[in-house]
Amino acid sequence: MPQTFGFPILTWITFLPILGMIILALIPAGKDELSRDASKKYFRWLTVGISFVQLVLALVIFGNFDYNLAGINDPNGFQFVEKFTWIKANLPMVGSINIEYYLGIDGISAPMVLLTTIVCFVASFTSFSVKKSVKGYMAMYLLLNTAMMGCFVALDFFLFYVFWELMLIPMYFLIGIWGGPRKEYAAIKFFIYTFVGSVFMLLVMVGLYFTYQIPDPSNPGMMMHTFNLVAMLDPANIVPGSIFASIGSDIRLIAFAALFIGFAIKVPIVPFHTWLPDAHVEAPTAISVILAGVLLKMGTYGMLRIAFPIFPEALGYFQCWISTLGMISIIYGALCALGQHKVGKRDLKKMIAYSSVSHMGYVMIGIASMRPEGITGGIFQMFNHGTITAMLFMIVGVIYDRAHTRGLDDFGGLANKMPIYTGLMTIAFFAAIGLPGMSGFISETMVFLGSFQTYPLNTMLSGLGIILGAAYMLWALQKVFFGKLPEKWQGPWDPTGKLYKGDDVNAIELTALVPLAVVIIVLGICPSLVLDLMTNSVNHFVEFMKPFVMIGGINC
Amino acid sequence: MAIGLNEFLVVSAILFALGIFAIVTRKNAIMVLMGLELILNSANLNFVAFACFGGMNIEGHIAALFVMILAAAEAAVALAIVLNIYQNYKHVNVDEVDSLKD
Amino acid sequence: MTAENLLCMALIILLLPLLSFTINIFWGKRLGKKPSFAIGTTALGIDFILSCVVFYNKVFGSIETVANTDGFFKIFANDTMVQAKFTWFHVGNGGIQLGLGVDNLAAIMLLVVTLISFLVHIFSSVYMHDDKRFPRFYAYLGIFTFSMLNIVLANNLLNMYIGWELVGICSYLLIGFWYEKDSAANAGKKAFLTNRVGDLGFLIGLLMLYYVFGNWMFDEVFPAMNSQDLLAALASGEKTLPLGMNYGTYLTLAGCFIFCGAIGKSAQFPLHVWLPDAMEGPTPVSALIHAATMVAAGVYLTARIYPMMTATTMNFVAFIGAMTAFMAATIAITQRDFKKVLAYSTVSQLGYMVMALGVGAFTSGFFHLVTHAWFKAALFLASGSVIHAMHMSMHHAGEHHMDPQDINNMGGLRNNMKITYITFLFVTLAISGVPLTSGFLSKDSILAGTLAFADLAGGLGWLVPIAGFGAAGITAFYMFRLTIVAFHGKPKTEIAKNTKENSFRVVMPLVVLATLSLWFFYSFNPINANVGWFYEKVKMPAVTIPAEYQRPYMLPLQQVEAAPAEMQTGHEQHHALTEYEETMHHFHVPAMILSLLIAGLGIAFAFCVYQFRVFNADNMEKQFKKLHTFSFHKWYFDELYDATVIGFILFLTKVFSNFDSKVVDGLVNASAWITSRIGKISGIFDGVVIDGAVNLVANTTGALGGITRKLQTGKIQTVIIFAIIGLITLIYVFA
Repeated sequence: MPQTFGFPILTWITFLPILGMIILALIPAGKDELSRDASKKYFRWLTVGISFVQLVLALVIFGNFDYNLAGINDPNGFQFVEKFTWIKANLPMVGSINIEYYLGIDGISAPMVLLTTIVCFVASFTSFSVKKSVKGYMAMYLLLNTAMMGCFVALDFFLFYVFWELMLIPMYFLIGIWGGPRKEYAAIKFFIYTFVGSVFMLLVMVGLYFTYQIPDPSNPGMMMHTFNLVAMLDPANIVPGSIFASIGSDIRLIAFAALFIGFAIKVPIVPFHTWLPDAHVEAPTAISVILAGVLLKMGTYGMLRIAFPIFPEALGYFQCWISTLGMISIIYGALCALGQHKVGKRDLKKMIAYSSVSHMGYVMIGIASMRPEGITGGIFQMFNHGTITAMLFMIVGVIYDRAHTRGLDDFGGLANKMPIYTGLMTIAFFAAIGLPGMSGFISETMVFLGSFQTYPLNTMLSGLGIILGAAYMLWALQKVFFGKLPEKWQGPWDPTGKLYKGDDVNAIELTALVPLAVVIIVLGICPSLVLDLMTNSVNHFVEFMKPFVMIGGINC
Repeated sequence: MAIGLNEFLVVSAILFALGIFAIVTRKNAIMVLMGLELILNSANLNFVAFACFGGMNIEGHIAALFVMILAAAEAAVALAIVLNIYQNYKHVNVDEVDSLKD
Repeated sequence: MTAENLLCMALIILLLPLLSFTINIFWGKRLGKKPSFAIGTTALGIDFILSCVVFYNKVFGSIETVANTDGFFKIFANDTMVQAKFTWFHVGNGGIQLGLGVDNLAAIMLLVVTLISFLVHIFSSVYMHDDKRFPRFYAYLGIFTFSMLNIVLANNLLNMYIGWELVGICSYLLIGFWYEKDSAANAGKKAFLTNRVGDLGFLIGLLMLYYVFGNWMFDEVFPAMNSQDLLAALASGEKTLPLGMNYGTYLTLAGCFIFCGAIGKSAQFPLHVWLPDAMEGPTPVSALIHAATMVAAGVYLTARIYPMMTATTMNFVAFIGAMTAFMAATIAITQRDFKKVLAYSTVSQLGYMVMALGVGAFTSGFFHLVTHAWFKAALFLASGSVIHAMHMSMHHAGEHHMDPQDINNMGGLRNNMKITYITFLFVTLAISGVPLTSGFLSKDSILAGTLAFADLAGGLGWLVPIAGFGAAGITAFYMFRLTIVAFHGKPKTEIAKNTKENSFRVVMPLVVLATLSLWFFYSFNPINANVGWFYEKVKMPAVTIPAEYQRPYMLPLQQVEAAPAEMQTGHEQHHALTEYEETMHHFHVPAMILSLLIAGLGIAFAFCVYQFRVFNADNMEKQFKKLHTFSFHKWYFDELYDATVIGFILFLTKVFSNFDSKVVDGLVNASAWITSRIGKISGIFDGVVIDGAVNLVANTTGALGGITRKLQTGKIQTVIIFAIIGLITLIYVFA
């Protein structure tokens, strides 16, 4: 029996923001200055409230999670399952269309659900700095929230695809309306780039639909095609003679490649990464936080949930290339981040955006290794990159809100002006370079552990990324905080005292930053909190993939 | 020469043609009405003629009586409309009475 | 004492500095200077006392053997090591273990670290007194001590690696403590990045070990290296190593990679460049981190992995050490900055230790680590005392532009700063290897070890003792140059003339440390350390790799009965003599005589040049212009690295950034441009052809309509006419 929960918790956690959106729509934006300010306050706190309830629900899930269940290809191994027929229609030419509303989580998606709620919660505080049409912004923010959560809990490919696409729309507007100077360019680029990936995915999805069939529960004795992602992992469900039926055929390799590119664009893996720096640089702070914190993970999550297990033999064929792409991403991203001091305007946000490319490369080499250490490390790195990079972007946001510039050359000596801020930034930077005691260390080390067993040379080269990573992080730290404070920042940030009372971070920003810092440090010391969620699933996943892929290591 | 059905029908046809002619050519509403009456009467003549020669018997006479009553009623209503038109437009030219068209 | 109690104490020792850090970093500013000093110093004081207890009980007492595997912490104790292990987190079907272990090595290091840290805490209260970030300084000292103890108390390589990275960060923070100065911030960054290069090697070494053994516990990995199962599986091809390596090469590489960590941290050639720059940090930090403890961690690591070093790895280690010892010594001759001289001397001495481990003189190397820690900490604290005095004097004179660290601004300090001078002189004797000091004992046995190695290895092996003896002589020379120029003669500046001896809290640590450099702490025989407790308690661990990969002369002469595999602990100490040890005994006396001679020569030469002016230093400088500049510019390593490695990376970043924005992004934009062009063309096509056809239809219809509309007069009469025409037509047609 599928593991259900007494209460449709996944539906709630997913669609709660939509509910919030409706409430938001009912609150009038206000006519005069005073009422407008008041309703802005409502909008903000409503968003915070919704995100907080989501976080609480995620913690309930976390508390009730059964660590012994694996999931992956076992429908009874998923937890908090909700399964209904959503769309069922008989069409004359193509047979019946069966789309299920199928939600459920296992060890691979559980950390992502947790991450999404954490990042959305803190980013809702960061959203306070948005001043322009707050109502629209918050509505889009909540819609985005639903779409992301939906992606991580959906177990039906069609449903997944709907959420995947749904996410693009609010993102497009959030960047395009509330973004920086080149927002239109960035928004369009983001949208189209991701959309190209989605098209690949759509094609493969349709092909998969006709490849798999399961018994129709409402019509005993009849078979029906399905989008069920779990059913797609069982070769027994393949319709003989259908498009993706023969394991190892070229068409399956092509389908895998198409699906992989679709996800790789989202990750992003070099060379599909160029939308990222633009989108990050132009997006408002909170959206950068979400983008780096959650959206990028959907790419790697999609690989683990869809591309790899459905086409395991194709993964076996491309595995080495994927690992190599990950290695290239690491070094390339790091060099580009470091190259910020040579080319163009030295933009702190752009540097962090490139560091994301580099850090997501670790995830790639980890999961490409197909070792339990590597996959666990990869998923954990997804989680940690989510929290750490979220913190980094928030930190850039703090300084940008005050100084209205992100140029690295414009700063220096902030350590004395903003000591608490410097402390938090130091934590975030050190976490990003993988200092022990912080979560990044564990995930990076585990990724290396796993990856070395399968692809030792790639791993050693990727190690250069550690050095380069430290180089650009320390360089930025020095540029911004050390040395002497420039003349123009000598006075207080806000002489009127209206927006910022003191020079250091204010309470709202602290509320956003401190939880992340705590998560980073706690997970650095006690990683089992998250790792135990996935241990069983990952082991099961490796067992499942074992016949098809290369798994290195002497103990295997 | 005996007067048969054909002769009645010829007279009726001439009356009908005259009525149509009046409706088509006249612009005065009264004249159009008169043309209409002519057509009705040509029809009446036909009914009576068929009652007499064609075997329609009593039904023909009854139909003729109906038409007369209808014609009277129609004339009363139509004249009232024409009067109203005249009061509003100061003329009864049917071509220019087109305010319903818009 | 029970094993549990011992480990509990070790744990408290480990955690107290962390507590001090936590308090000082969060509440230090509110507490103020005195309380934060008190907290830090008390924590370290307790630490030191506990360390003494642990040291005594472990080294001289006896700990019962236990193996308690129930519970979260699994406790093991045997003659070698008392340790606890626990699983940090699970991954796959196994888990990553951490742990805490105390053996003789760790117990001795505990003493070194806690005592020096304690003394530095006291010293800093004066030295850093006027600094506005005083509590922060104490917080950093606390976290550093914690991290260092983490390395010391590790019973596995992962713990060491964690501590390794943490001390790296502490070092970064402390070097850049005065971050308003660009030079300090740069030096911190340089230190961290240079170390990262070594750390990467360390990490790769760890990965290589994990690949084969799936574990990093000393007592599990090392014995497994010689396990028959593994060897058989490798021989039969059932298990394979990456890249088709054979086992010996693999072990050698793993050893060398792990040793890379030591190259970075212990500032060995070619990664030594960061240490002299690190002198930008406050002097107490230099004493604690960059002289006595952190930089010695590399040597400690090498000692830890000693059981897995193959012959090739050991040769590599030996040559790196010898090279470093000699090179750094030659650079130290010409440096003018008080601390830079000491920094190069540290590099050189670390090279000595590494060289000792490389040639196989395990105990001597570790012994030198301990003795060096005392006298080098003393030297640095003394230099701190001098610099502080110079600062104070400058402060009184209102002079702000002079370099208080330049020895050419000093001179004659011995009259003003008697205690500092005496301690400094004494530890200078120790580092030069003059009898009755600890330095003599350790250095002498290292040199004997190198001679034995050269004798047995032959050929190029002779380069090692040559470098060793050369470095010994040069060390004696430059240390006395430093002493004479800074303390003897007449004051060269007014500032130096007006210096005053520092307060008790500054000189007390000096005296304590200098005292510890006396011979009798280690061996009552002032010329032979072999009979002392140190050599008895710290024995060379059994090398656990297959015999074929070891140096033949390092194998035991008589085959001792090997303990069963499950009893082996990795740091098994065996007592069967090796050929090497016997040769070393032979070379003891010749080495001693030779080293005395050479040290004496060095000292005498220094006196000739700088004290009695038999030779004119300036003339000599001119005469050997090229050599002098070569040495003065530190063999041009910085310039070389700037031009090659750093230049290359900067070049790469430039290329990649341009490639990214021009080519990759260019392709994306180009495809967007092409798409929009195609869109435009199809738009034109759409407008002209497709829309044209549609319009044509519409226009035709319109024209037809135009004709027919003429018939539509809207007049009832027309309608009737048409109706009648139609009727007639119909009748005509159908009738």
